[in-house]
Amino acid sequence: MHEMAITQSVVQAVCDRMGDTPVRRVCLEIGTLSGVVADSVQFCFEVITAGTPLEGASLEIIQPSGMARCRDCGAEFALDDLLVLCECGSANRELLAGEELRIREVEVLA
Amino acid sequence: MCATCGCSGDTILVYPEHEHGHAHEHSHEHEHGHGHGHQEPQTRTVTLEQAVLARNDALAERNREWFAEHGILAVNLMSSPGAGKTTLLERTIRELGVELQVSVVEGDQETVLDADRIRATGAPAVQINTGSGCHLDAQMLAGGLQTLDPPDSSVVLIENVGNLVCPALFDLGEQARVVITSVTEGAEKPRKYPQMFRAADLVLLNKIDLLPYVDFDVAAFLEGARRANPGVEVVQLSATTGDGIGDWYGWLRARLP
Repeated sequence: MHEMAITQSVVQAVCDRMGDTPVRRVCLEIGTLSGVVADSVQFCFEVITAGTPLEGASLEIIQPSGMARCRDCGAEFALDDLLVLCECGSANRELLAGEELRIREVEVLA
Repeated sequence: MCATCGCSGDTILVYPEHEHGHAHEHSHEHEHGHGHGHQEPQTRTVTLEQAVLARNDALAERNREWFAEHGILAVNLMSSPGAGKTTLLERTIRELGVELQVSVVEGDQETVLDADRIRATGAPAVQINTGSGCHLDAQMLAGGLQTLDPPDSSVVLIENVGNLVCPALFDLGEQARVVITSVTEGAEKPRKYPQMFRAADLVLLNKIDLLPYVDFDVAAFLEGARRANPGVEVVQLSATTGDGIGDWYGWLRARLP
């Protein structure tokens, strides 16, 4: 259950950047191929933020879907897991999107 | 709380215990002089565009630099519980110990059993107990290295917590990642845990001496590993009988700084 550790990292990173400023909203990007379950992060968020400047903040999670480019034929294709092959049969692909694990922005008291 | 993990920092235990000379004093005061009106509070949006694991990644980079400065090869070994990591380490130390100085960082949720097994081979070992944590992170490894104090130009083998999910996400600062699977686990492991296999520099298929007794499709396993990680090297071996183990040693020697 690494989502607990991931959520803790989010809170730590926001506190490092924003100090004691109360935070009202956090916007994360969690790609569908990142290996992190967005629902679990949502579940952990309330527990982890208790007693921090993020307590009571809402959590918005954007989930970019997977996109890859085939290194053999050059085609770009969507993938919803890491086992999808290119139509040409190649597994040799470069991921273009879907692995995001980023804090996009926060809304804080002015 | 620990920097990257949700667990309490107090539950991360390193054996043998390390003396910490630094004191912890937190005497900061909090004063909030703002009034509370009845209007909606003004807010502003701040763009961060920051990796969630930036802090762990920075600590991992520090570990990586430290390994490079000391000419140390650090390898992160990951598998499910029972794949044979500790048995592989025991044999590796016994057989390579004459030509290479090997020390070991053991990660487990509880007990010092694995570090005791490694020390019985004569190699230095430090045990990190992660408590509720399901993986090692860069900060835990840094703490373990402080206690282990490996010599220059040596090899540090890091046995991560037995788990095919969480350790894949946390960079430790290692130079290479090795995923170990055994034939008793089933050939579908790469398909079920593609994140882990995608992160691997080498895949070891262990316990091949048991192939006559189990229903394990080697070709399907190799195809699954190829789908998750095209071009990844797979070595088939038995840590118990020593079959194929020379290829693992060759891979290690080729990576020495």
